[in-house]
Amino acid sequence: MTKKIIVKGSVTGKVLKSSQPINFLGAIDKKTGSITDQKHDLSGKSIKDSILLFPHGIGSSVGAYTIYSLKSNNVAPLAMACQKIDLTVASGCALANIPLFILSSNEYDNIKDGDEISLG
Amino acid sequence: MELTKDEEKSLNGEHGEALQTAYRILSATGEATDAEKLVPIHWAHVSGVNYNTIGDAGERFLAGLSKNAKFKVRTTVNPMGYDKDNVEKFGLDENFIQKQESIRASYKKMGVTPSFSCIPYEVYDMPQEGTQVAFAETNAAIYANSVGKLKTNKESAFSALASAITGKSPYSDLRKDDSPTMSIAMKVSEPNELTFGLLGYFAGKVADKSVAISGVKNLDKRCNKSLCASMGTSGTCGKFVLDDNSNASEKVDFDEKELQKVYDELNTAESGDMITLGSPQLGLEEMIDLTTMLNGRAFKKRCLIFCPRPIQEQARHLGYAGKLESAGCELMSDCCTCLTPLVTKKDADSITTNSIKGAYYLKNSNGLDVNLKSLSDIVRDETS
Repeated sequence: MTKKIIVKGSVTGKVLKSSQPINFLGAIDKKTGSITDQKHDLSGKSIKDSILLFPHGIGSSVGAYTIYSLKSNNVAPLAMACQKIDLTVASGCALANIPLFILSSNEYDNIKDGDEISLG
Repeated sequence: MELTKDEEKSLNGEHGEALQTAYRILSATGEATDAEKLVPIHWAHVSGVNYNTIGDAGERFLAGLSKNAKFKVRTTVNPMGYDKDNVEKFGLDENFIQKQESIRASYKKMGVTPSFSCIPYEVYDMPQEGTQVAFAETNAAIYANSVGKLKTNKESAFSALASAITGKSPYSDLRKDDSPTMSIAMKVSEPNELTFGLLGYFAGKVADKSVAISGVKNLDKRCNKSLCASMGTSGTCGKFVLDDNSNASEKVDFDEKELQKVYDELNTAESGDMITLGSPQLGLEEMIDLTTMLNGRAFKKRCLIFCPRPIQEQARHLGYAGKLESAGCELMSDCCTCLTPLVTKKDADSITTNSIKGAYYLKNSNGLDVNLKSLSDIVRDETS
């Protein structure tokens, strides 16, 4: 099942799945949790209280602060799950205490957007 | 990841809250990257200084951390939100200034070298090749690895901060094995810094941690910086090597078609209401270069130039700052094009710049349209 647990926690919730990597600094409004990057496939959607599945984080190192801010502003996802890990997402989730998982590619592919799942 | 007894104690909080927070971060990034141990680092460069990017939550976090955290190694910092010498010129609200000053004070309390620059590699002497450092600020991390031959992962704001406090970083990824897994053949002729910026944005999207680029002999500083900054924006890649004979398993071409695709993604305006230069901030060489290119001509629009404070002072001493100001440029230090609160919808609808990184954040974070042009085209079209 889960390949690796980076930040521990157990959650049940609805999946919000993206096929594109996320630059947390450039693509998300830290006050509302909405995806603001118009070119992103989650454009306009809110990541609040979701189990956010995305391939991996990209771009700015300050994205870690965005993840921390999302949590402080009560608009963070319940958990995040990725195919591969980058330091921005790992450190942001560690400090914000947002459960973070790396999934096997099989498991990742089998989970669909809108699924109700439990992780951890 | 295996921790020493002392590191274990810190993680359990026996050496105070600040070190516990730092080790919690390093444990997570160490686990995530399959590190076996922590290794000493000799220089940390931290991002997360601009109030515009880290917000109230970040400001409060740093205020709390600075109560009992001290930087253990030399720690330089990224740009903040404004130039402290001319902050009143920009009509920023009191809250912004107050929060930004609090962030500055927190870093100062922890013992920072107040660089407020995204190009520490042009402000400070570089350590000898192979030195382990921890650079957040993606352009600086990629530059340190690729041009400076130092060793850093593409650190996050928090992982670099944790390294600044502990003097350590997980021994993993690029610190351990930085051999490229992909080779990109540069097939665009007569490239300039904009071309290399577009190549970097493409490379960031397709490459993993390290990439080889073939068909490029050597790069001047402007092209190097442009490539590093755009690569850091679009992906996870933290290093490039110029190598025509790489044995990387995957081969990809970057030709006119790919170039056009990236250009069309990032260029959203036919022209700009004003010009910004400096993302990454300009170094002395680039300022001298621009003065020469201008050759007495002046900008027809507002042109903001972002550069580190010591570089502005040097340029002033050598007479270049005065020449650039005579040409209509406004020189700004301590801050940068990216995520600046100084360039908003109130000031302009669209910006002309030669920075791919600047274009991405001006569009996505500041909501402005961007007209991308090489520096020589900017000088040709926007001056008289």
